[in-house]
Amino acid sequence: MKAIFYNIKQAFRQIGRNRGMSTASIFSITAMLLILGLFFIITVNLNLFTEVVKADYDLVEVYVEDDASQMTINKDIEDLKALDEVESITFRTKDEALKIMKKRWGESGYLLDSLGENPLPSSLLISIKNVDDAEAVIDKANALPGIESVKYYKETVEKLTKATNFLQTGSLIVMAFLVLVSIIVVSNTVKLTVFARSKEIEIMKYIGATNWFIRGPFLTEGIIIGLFAALVSSGLITLIYSKVVDIIGTDVVAILSSPLVPTDYLAGNLLIIFLALGISIGACGSIVSMRKFLDK
Amino acid sequence: MITFDKVTKKYDGQIGIEDVSIDIEKGEFVFLVGPSGAGKSTFIKLILKEIDADSGSIFVDGQKVTELLSREIPFYRRKVGMIFQDFRLLPKKTVFENVAFAMEVVHKSKAQIKRQVPRILASVGIEDKADKYPDELSAGEQQRVAIARAIINNPTVLIADEPTGNLDPETAKDIMQLLDQINARGTTIVMVTHAKDIVDRMHKRVIAIEGGHVVSDKTGQYQYYKTIGGLRIHESDIL
Ligand SMILES: Nc1ncnc2c1ncn2[C@@H]1O[C@H](COP(=O)(O)OP(=O)(O)OP(=O)(O)O)[C@@H](O)[C@H]1O
Ligand SMILES: [Mg+2]
Repeated sequence: MKAIFYNIKQAFRQIGRNRGMSTASIFSITAMLLILGLFFIITVNLNLFTEVVKADYDLVEVYVEDDASQMTINKDIEDLKALDEVESITFRTKDEALKIMKKRWGESGYLLDSLGENPLPSSLLISIKNVDDAEAVIDKANALPGIESVKYYKETVEKLTKATNFLQTGSLIVMAFLVLVSIIVVSNTVKLTVFARSKEIEIMKYIGATNWFIRGPFLTEGIIIGLFAALVSSGLITLIYSKVVDIIGTDVVAILSSPLVPTDYLAGNLLIIFLALGISIGACGSIVSMRKFLDK
Repeated sequence: MITFDKVTKKYDGQIGIEDVSIDIEKGEFVFLVGPSGAGKSTFIKLILKEIDADSGSIFVDGQKVTELLSREIPFYRRKVGMIFQDFRLLPKKTVFENVAFAMEVVHKSKAQIKRQVPRILASVGIEDKADKYPDELSAGEQQRVAIARAIINNPTVLIADEPTGNLDPETAKDIMQLLDQINARGTTIVMVTHAKDIVDRMHKRVIAIEGGHVVSDKTGQYQYYKTIGGLRIHESDIL
């Protein structure tokens, strides 16, 4: 406890003495966390979008003509069920379709109330045993009477998933680079402190201070720098993101029929991730900067 | 207390010390003399485990220094006090803080520090300077602070590298008296020096090294041999 207090006191004194460089490293880590945050936001939203779309379009959707009789529909269902490729079929009425859409639009669901008559068709939702057999089922369904159209987005969804994965890998690589750069920046700042106090470090070693005791204040300095950067950047990103959600959130739902990730969910996760990153960058930076000094 | 057994240390082929065997008993006061480049600092750095021996073994206070693990070194060094020609005080700390620092490093409590620092300052005769900064002190007083810092954690061995090198003869005499007192209380002392007058007056064991070898080990006078034109000439014969 006493040791922790000693370290924090020393660290703040150093940051004060080293104001220019400390501010510079806080800024550069903040900048890199901001870029990282941007990637994070895009990835998280794209993930959500993919999930939503996946849940929707995993099935072959067969839209039924509005004037098709129940008899025709039942006959169609029988015919489709007879196919080997078909696993199961559910019938979704016009009302159910509207309800689902309203639910998905969430806050902007009221827009649908002004439509008057329900424009959505009723549909048959077919789940197929094997994705590769989709074509056969689609052809068969198209040939049946009373069918308006058949939609199957599996391929699109797969492409989307691939794109998301690619983006995620890309972000990871960029992030790794940014983290590395930040560690170097911090280590150079802390190195200044280490040099300024090299005499003290030498004396500490003669007196018999352990390496961790000597590292303590420098480690704390790095961690404080990282902590500041994490707080500033997650604050900034949360602010900007909540504004973006305010302004275009409803439009996004209307256009993509998928919502944006809610601000508070994103902010919470971002804060945790940034704190972890900031602190580890700060700690690694200072350990790296002292390595040579503590050899013997 | 300190044993060197056939210790050799070379720097890229250049001899630091070579095949040196020395035994220093507990409570001894030993002068280490020799010309520049003889290997005195090498000897001290080996004791402190600042450098590693190429061969041979070193024991200090029963511990085999040559086989210490790096994480054991700090704890070993707490048993070995160190003072230097240039004092090596921290200029931004007061006398009290400089000495207290040595206790903080080994995790002593605030209460212990408050109790012991004034006591040790009194024992080296600078109890009235506790709140001064090093640059407000005379050279002799600064060395007293350094000595206080070196002995506050009760080391079994005190190593001094030319502790009187920056002091005038009168002050040097006082410092030697202080070291003698510390030695009398049981601390083994090894002191590197070039000061012939001090060595002769103290009448202690004198180990002379030259070219990395022990060339003389006797009690009494400052002596080492100079090699001139292939002849080993005793210093007293030159002067
Ligand atoms: N780090 C080093 N690298 C290379 N050679 C070294 C190193 N340190 C010492 N030496 C050499 O080892 C020999 C012994 O040096 P050492 O420092 O032990 O001498 P010394 O007796 O302390 O001399 P002085 O009285 O000048 O301090 C010298 O020849 C010196 O040049
Ligand atoms: Mg030397």
